[in-house]
Amino acid sequence: MKIYVNEKEMKFNERKTAFQIRDEIKPEGDIVILNGFIIKEDSKLEENDRLVLIKRGEKPNEDELEHLLVSRHTPGVHGKVKNAIVGIAGLGGLGSNIAISLARLGIGKLILVDFDVVEPSNLNRQQYFVKHIGMQKTRAIKDIISQINPYVEVETVNTYLDKSNIKEIFEGVDIVVEAFDNPKCKAELINTVLTECKDKYIVAASGMAGYFSNNIIKTRKIRDKFYLVGDGVSEAKPGCGLMAPRVSIAANHQANTVLRIILGEKEV
Amino acid sequence: MIVNGKEMTFEENSNVIDLLNKLNLDEEKVVVEINMEIISKEVYSERILNDDDKIEIVGFIGGG
Repeated sequence: MKIYVNEKEMKFNERKTAFQIRDEIKPEGDIVILNGFIIKEDSKLEENDRLVLIKRGEKPNEDELEHLLVSRHTPGVHGKVKNAIVGIAGLGGLGSNIAISLARLGIGKLILVDFDVVEPSNLNRQQYFVKHIGMQKTRAIKDIISQINPYVEVETVNTYLDKSNIKEIFEGVDIVVEAFDNPKCKAELINTVLTECKDKYIVAASGMAGYFSNNIIKTRKIRDKFYLVGDGVSEAKPGCGLMAPRVSIAANHQANTVLRIILGEKEV
Repeated sequence: MIVNGKEMTFEENSNVIDLLNKLNLDEEKVVVEINMEIISKEVYSERILNDDDKIEIVGFIGGG
């Protein structure tokens, strides 16, 4: 039978159990993951099962690491996301969270665009560290992603996006993620993608300020290839701030929408 | 005509700008779709609305 052990294809003459293979190949492996799920009890294996054997605390070699990083994914997901190219416009509260979730998925390539530097007031909701204060957000996010999943190709563009450069910068992407703060910038990006980049998907967000209910943040499909996340009403303004919890809820609605599009799930 | 699923009436020869003004929306913070087609901002003042148009407007607010 054919089994993938630590993502390497292996052939066995007879039907095996997970623990038999562990004992043969990596007897010191104390974490056994079968098809994305840690098992504590032995289990018979089926053709094409994916078995990951890990020794707690051991540093894997580079060949294994990429696959081990995503060994808890639903089987089949990594192969698809590895071929995807996603552009993110803006690396603030939304964009930094989305970039990190997509990096943890092992997305093939990210094109990350922002013109700004990290400021202390960003740290209440954006995924940067104190050491990044004063650094360009594009450099800071690249630093963070390299420490999460170094197998994600990251291209950064340190510029102000507007209708003069959107098409060119996002030329190669499958999906554009709108992650701006300013509503005029949001509208300009979305209008430009919908009219000039009709082959691309756009996943945008509007309304995630304050500490209102979690459950009014929704993902809506506005039209073919255009998805909008948010509660639609909670605007950032004096007296209503932007804070990590709701901004990251919205950001991860966007990230999961990107994942669903890549996996062919086009409805919300 | 139908705007965001609701029936509305307008004076003859109203354009997209007139519609946005009536709805108190900023033309720079919206996406306008008429009969499934996205209308570019540059032609908002030229696009005259017809009785049988089906219009969808999505407005954006700040925060991110």
